[in-house]
Amino acid sequence: MEIQEKVISIVSEAANVEVANIKAETSFVDDLNLDSLDMVEMMMKMEEEFGVEIPEEKTEDLKTINDVTSYLKANAN
Amino acid sequence: MKLNRVAVTGISALCGLGHSMDEVWANLIEGKSGISSMKDIDPKMWPVQFAGTVNDFSIAEDLLDLKERKRFDLFIHYALHATDEAIKAAGLLDAKYDPYMMGSIMGTGLGGFPVIESTTEIYHAKGPRRVSPFFIPAFIPNMSAGRISMQYNLRGVNYATSSACASASHAIAAAASEIMLGRQDAMVTGGSEAVITGLTMAGFASMKALSKWNDQPTKASRPFDKERNGFVMGEGAGILILENLDKAKARGANILAEVVGYGATADAYHITSPHPEGEGTIPCMQQALKYAGIAKEEIDYINAHGTSTPLGDIAETNAIKKVFGDHAYKLNVSSTKSMHGHLLGAAGGIESVICIKALNEGVIPPTINLDDQDEKCDLNYTANTMVKRDMQYALNNSFGFGGTNSTTIFKKYLR
Repeated sequence: MEIQEKVISIVSEAANVEVANIKAETSFVDDLNLDSLDMVEMMMKMEEEFGVEIPEEKTEDLKTINDVTSYLKANAN
Repeated sequence: MKLNRVAVTGISALCGLGHSMDEVWANLIEGKSGISSMKDIDPKMWPVQFAGTVNDFSIAEDLLDLKERKRFDLFIHYALHATDEAIKAAGLLDAKYDPYMMGSIMGTGLGGFPVIESTTEIYHAKGPRRVSPFFIPAFIPNMSAGRISMQYNLRGVNYATSSACASASHAIAAAASEIMLGRQDAMVTGGSEAVITGLTMAGFASMKALSKWNDQPTKASRPFDKERNGFVMGEGAGILILENLDKAKARGANILAEVVGYGATADAYHITSPHPEGEGTIPCMQQALKYAGIAKEEIDYINAHGTSTPLGDIAETNAIKKVFGDHAYKLNVSSTKSMHGHLLGAAGGIESVICIKALNEGVIPPTINLDDQDEKCDLNYTANTMVKRDMQYALNNSFGFGGTNSTTIFKKYLR
């Protein structure tokens, strides 16, 4: 749960959208209108926050909060 | 080919003297200094510790929201802030121009230098994977014109000019040309600059170009005075809205002035020193007069480049005397850099705006700190106190490193 909260907080800042309006199934592109540059910046912040490297080819599969949270849970040290 | 007349319908200014045209103008005619000591700096890293900084500035939420704000370097913030004032003053948003007939040409000397400096540190400390995807768009010099186009849906010509301290002046000339030739109906032009960092100050200081009067910041910018010892860095923006005069008249716009002439030359002499005989600046002013189709005696006011450097002020004085002869002593000259400092690539923007304001108000802002005039600078520089004068034509000079020169002439609009 803590991971998801952190993820939501980072996404909230990147998208300038309130935390309350971001749910587990929220999609970065469809719901938050993030463009490709927004996505790169956000993934960079995830890497920094969680000390995990997210390979470029992997980021294309991470479309929602859930996707990111699951990836981080599986790959975090 | 018949050229269109070019009207100025909106102006704005942002610098150490204030955040709006009215505030800046009020301080200019009172002869106030907008130069202040830097706060929160490591003095070891700043050879010069004062500048004409824009204080207490933050951009309006409707121009850049919190998300966007961090993604653009400060020169883009300044350009947007000032453009918003000028565009609203001109009533351009209510004008019914084709979006493809409205453009923007904006000057900047160094663009987003501060973000290059800070990102370089991240690159060295954390490696290439930590370089932001917004780094490039944050600093490229044309992003002020680009972001302005997005804000106001200007789909015509869009680019930046970069010619050091003549950048904004060249931008205005290029924008005026677009209208004269009928390629555009309305243009947002001028310039912005925001590069007050330890590294830029160190660079200019190494050139011996900057005044080092750290203990007397408000006295340091003193063009044409015996004690002058270098320029004082400034920052901010000066923006003009230009329109096809016939179309501006037809829509009932409040026309402030006309852009009637400009000249542009190169010294072809030295990377930073002015040509001692004015081989670049004299023909530059002459070209502008010829283009305007007026006699030299018709110029009432020159807003000089006058940066307060020992060589530059003499060279410009000599050039003015060569161009204007006896009339050089009858017109008023002033260097408002004495108050707002040197805005580098935005200098020609803010100083053009000041010329237009002077024509409209019948008031010439002074050269402050002119306590003991250099014998080699023997013109009427409007020392220390503003002067009232009924004027028809004002001329602005902007000269840049690389030996580039630009002169613009504005005419008061007679209704």
